[in-house]
Amino acid sequence: MKPFEHAVDVTGLCKRFDGKAVVDNLTMQVRRGEVFGFLGPNGSGKTTTIRMMCGLLTPDGGAGHTLGYDILRESWAIKREVGYMTQRFSLYEDLTIRENLDFVARIYQMDRRKNRVDASLEQLGLADRQNQLAGSLSGGWKQRLALASCMLHEPRLLLLDEPTAGVDPKARRDFWEEIHKLAASGITVLVSTHYMDEAERCHRLGYIAYGKLMAQGTPRELVANSGFSTWHVAGEGINELAERLQDKTGVDRVTRFGHELHVSGGDVEALNQAIEPYLSAPGLTWEFGEPQLEDLFIHLMGKARDNFAGGGQ
Amino acid sequence: MTSFSLERLFAIIRKEFIQMRRDRLTFAMMVGIPLMQLVLFGFAINGDPKHLPTVIVTHEQSPFARSVVQKLANSGYFNVVSTQAGDREAQEMLALGQVQFAVTIPADFSWRLLRGERAQLLLEADATDPSATGNAIAAIQQMTGSLLDHDLKGALAWLSPAQPAVELVIHRRYNPEGLSQYNIVPGLMGVVLTMTMIMSTALGLTREVERGTMENLLATPVHPLEVMVGKIVPCILVGLISTVLILTAAKWLFAVPFVGNVALLICAVLVFIATNLVVGITISSVARNQMQALQMSFFFFLPSMLLSGFMFPFRGMPQWAQYIGEILPLTHFMRISRGVMLKGNNLLEIWPSLWPLLLFMTVIMAIGLKRFRRTLD
Repeated sequence: MKPFEHAVDVTGLCKRFDGKAVVDNLTMQVRRGEVFGFLGPNGSGKTTTIRMMCGLLTPDGGAGHTLGYDILRESWAIKREVGYMTQRFSLYEDLTIRENLDFVARIYQMDRRKNRVDASLEQLGLADRQNQLAGSLSGGWKQRLALASCMLHEPRLLLLDEPTAGVDPKARRDFWEEIHKLAASGITVLVSTHYMDEAERCHRLGYIAYGKLMAQGTPRELVANSGFSTWHVAGEGINELAERLQDKTGVDRVTRFGHELHVSGGDVEALNQAIEPYLSAPGLTWEFGEPQLEDLFIHLMGKARDNFAGGGQ
Repeated sequence: MTSFSLERLFAIIRKEFIQMRRDRLTFAMMVGIPLMQLVLFGFAINGDPKHLPTVIVTHEQSPFARSVVQKLANSGYFNVVSTQAGDREAQEMLALGQVQFAVTIPADFSWRLLRGERAQLLLEADATDPSATGNAIAAIQQMTGSLLDHDLKGALAWLSPAQPAVELVIHRRYNPEGLSQYNIVPGLMGVVLTMTMIMSTALGLTREVERGTMENLLATPVHPLEVMVGKIVPCILVGLISTVLILTAAKWLFAVPFVGNVALLICAVLVFIATNLVVGITISSVARNQMQALQMSFFFFLPSMLLSGFMFPFRGMPQWAQYIGEILPLTHFMRISRGVMLKGNNLLEIWPSLWPLLLFMTVIMAIGLKRFRRTLD
């Protein structure tokens, strides 16, 4: 074990596939004991980044440490102390629950294997179904089994790649309870997700788009530092209003939330100017609200795309 | 209620065609294999192989001897590669499979003829594959009746007896009864090993990648080589078990004689298994899913079966098919297993077939390892 300040500390990570930069100069820190949410659209490089952090992929450029180990030279040591849960259920469907856990325990050369597997099964609540094939479990159970199997070797850092994709809300809620319990016991957790409610449950967040880290910080910090403001408007005729506001300068995004419209922009002055004519319109109630993470992320994604397209010319 | 719609049906058919066009491998297999079968069964496979290499040992230089050689060559079945060989040399050529026949003209051939006795002619055939020699033997038997009619006329006509002048003595070497299972069973071992070894490794490794379990596995401290060897060892075991099964069946079921050294054969089997596993790994590094792995395995397996001399006499195939056959490991293993089991070949004698196996393995391994490493990253 090495002493370290950040559980994950990478600078300038780059990875190219077939000449295309999938991860581009990414610098990110995950503090010890926190739950770090890793967000970004599909294909933005989240999985590639996670794989570089746990030593599965060799970066083309940049450097970094995971749990104090060099990601370029000590990937073997990292693999011992990190639990990595892949995006897809990747235990053996044709092995039983017990056989899967036992296999993992063997791979990590654990001592007291039987006791550990028993304890894990007990904790999972699958002790009486241990001889069932893993492939026959439901989505939620598969995900819990996968988490249990990557916790079996008592890692100090968990890297979870979209663990709750396709899992029902109740199972997701239980899963997050589990994650916070683990964090409370001192384990650092990095979790990638698409769900905003999950993002809000994290201590800190990183947002990646087109291989670039666009923002990093606590949810509150992200909103505060974005310079992004949102007006919430409700009432009659919001559909027409949405169309009219869509192309106004100063309005970056108009999003419908049921009976409400969120009108957001990166520049408060310009935004206020744009909505000025409609502020006193009859039947509309305006409220200056805090932008939601989702607004912010969609805004960041748009910004990244513009940069990306601009950089490509 | 939705009723059957031709439009939808057409849409599906169209989609299938598009997919088929995208999936080149399936397409190649669908077109290539029937084509290959057509070509092979239609034109290539010669159930009546001719121009079989023959060595002639002449213990006398006489017009009669020359006449015999001429007649043999004219029959079309025999391709006389040498008339200068001695007895021992001819035996060696037969054991190494360089020739199919050895014809010996004894020293007293002319003398006996001139005395009006029946002269003997010895035909030794490599009968490990009876279908390769059967017709040639029949032809020479028919020929012996009139073998010297041309020479024994005029002043010598009185020497032409009522009985044929020449008595043909045939030795069907290695397989005296001409039983085809003697040939099939040792070959079958190679076929089964090719099939199972290549498929099990190719599918086993691709399955891991396809189901995502490989990624999970590689995120653990496990070494890639451990994964590879861990997958190979069970395959080798399965291969050895099937070898033992076939050998047992050969002995007890088909009563195939085992003349050679069992340990030598097992060693050759191990080399052959390793060669096939390497092919399997290389396939798994190229294939993106199990379906493709299966198709590629068959792509390798079918020519192996058709062109190695398992199904049809190797020498009955046209030259180009023989060239392809020479590349395939099964061809060489077939020669080794038949050589060791039926002819009692030793290491030196199987070496000409062993080194191509080793070479093939080395080349494919170099390709496979290079590709395999790239799959991991």
